[in-house]
Amino acid sequence: MEKSKKEVLVLEDILGSNKKIASSIRQKLEEKGILAVNLLSSPGSGKTSLLEKIGMKLKDRHKIGVIEGDVETERDAERIRNIGLPAWQITTHGACHLEARMLARIFDRIPADLDFLFIENVGNLVCPASFDLGEKLRLVLLSVPEGDDKPRKYPEAFITSQVLVITKCDLLPYLPFDVERVVREALEINPGLEIFRTSAVNGAGVEELCAFLEKKLKELREPNA
Amino acid sequence: MHELSIVADLFTIIEEQARKAKASRVTRVRVLIGELSGVVPELFRSAFHSYKKGTIADKARLEIKITKIKFKCQNCGKEIKTRDISSPDFSYACPFCGSKEMELISGRDLYLEKLEIET
Repeated sequence: MEKSKKEVLVLEDILGSNKKIASSIRQKLEEKGILAVNLLSSPGSGKTSLLEKIGMKLKDRHKIGVIEGDVETERDAERIRNIGLPAWQITTHGACHLEARMLARIFDRIPADLDFLFIENVGNLVCPASFDLGEKLRLVLLSVPEGDDKPRKYPEAFITSQVLVITKCDLLPYLPFDVERVVREALEINPGLEIFRTSAVNGAGVEELCAFLEKKLKELREPNA
Repeated sequence: MHELSIVADLFTIIEEQARKAKASRVTRVRVLIGELSGVVPELFRSAFHSYKKGTIADKARLEIKITKIKFKCQNCGKEIKTRDISSPDFSYACPFCGSKEMELISGRDLYLEKLEIET
């Protein structure tokens, strides 16, 4: 039998199913007045340490929950629980990023009365940038030991974020890291970035970052104020 | 290496489209990959060819079209196709009016454009 060939025009977004789930998560979070923050960075740049500092600072006046994404282990979730905050671990068993559907699976366990939901992505400066999780804010961390050339080398993570936190700034006196270069190059590819410099060792910059997050929470809840 | 999970989503769409079009086989798949989509075409290709085995597209050819990064200046309205965003002379500012109010209008896309099928 003669087989006939034909062309079918599709034009469908391959990440459409992830985006759909992410927008439904975003809508639910916004209805509940929860500010969700997706934290992106390489492994070891201090996401969990920064979250511990933010958590300690904000937990007396706000309800905070943390979703921890890792390839294996509950270690990060345990660190967060140790400072008295609820944490939910997602282990991806090999996957290098979180996807919206992984969040959707545990979404029912997130209390509706949270103020902040922090989502610590899998340590990776590349892949997580492609996946919307339904967050309001995307925060990229760059630690001083990683080097000051990263915004240009990993542009997608810096372009899709609204906040850049330069971490481990207590190491600046010991390493050839040009903060001004990072700020300049990050703003060249994303002029709207809010930039903070922190240290989880001496607590520098954490106060300013927390004030910014509280301002964003207020904007979410009182959009016309 | 997140290309495999993106390819898995691609195959969900392929199978659905093939069913709708009553295809017996998918012989060609054409995708659009934005330069700033975070997807490496080479890895996407190898993920595609390992995933396709046993599916309706198991003999399919994959065509990849790379879409350029394009900005639209919010101030003067001009569209700018950019050079490589990681090159040292890249600047976010509009080359015509200097404004930094630039909206990224293409380059992050990841689309299944079309299929060739046998019915």
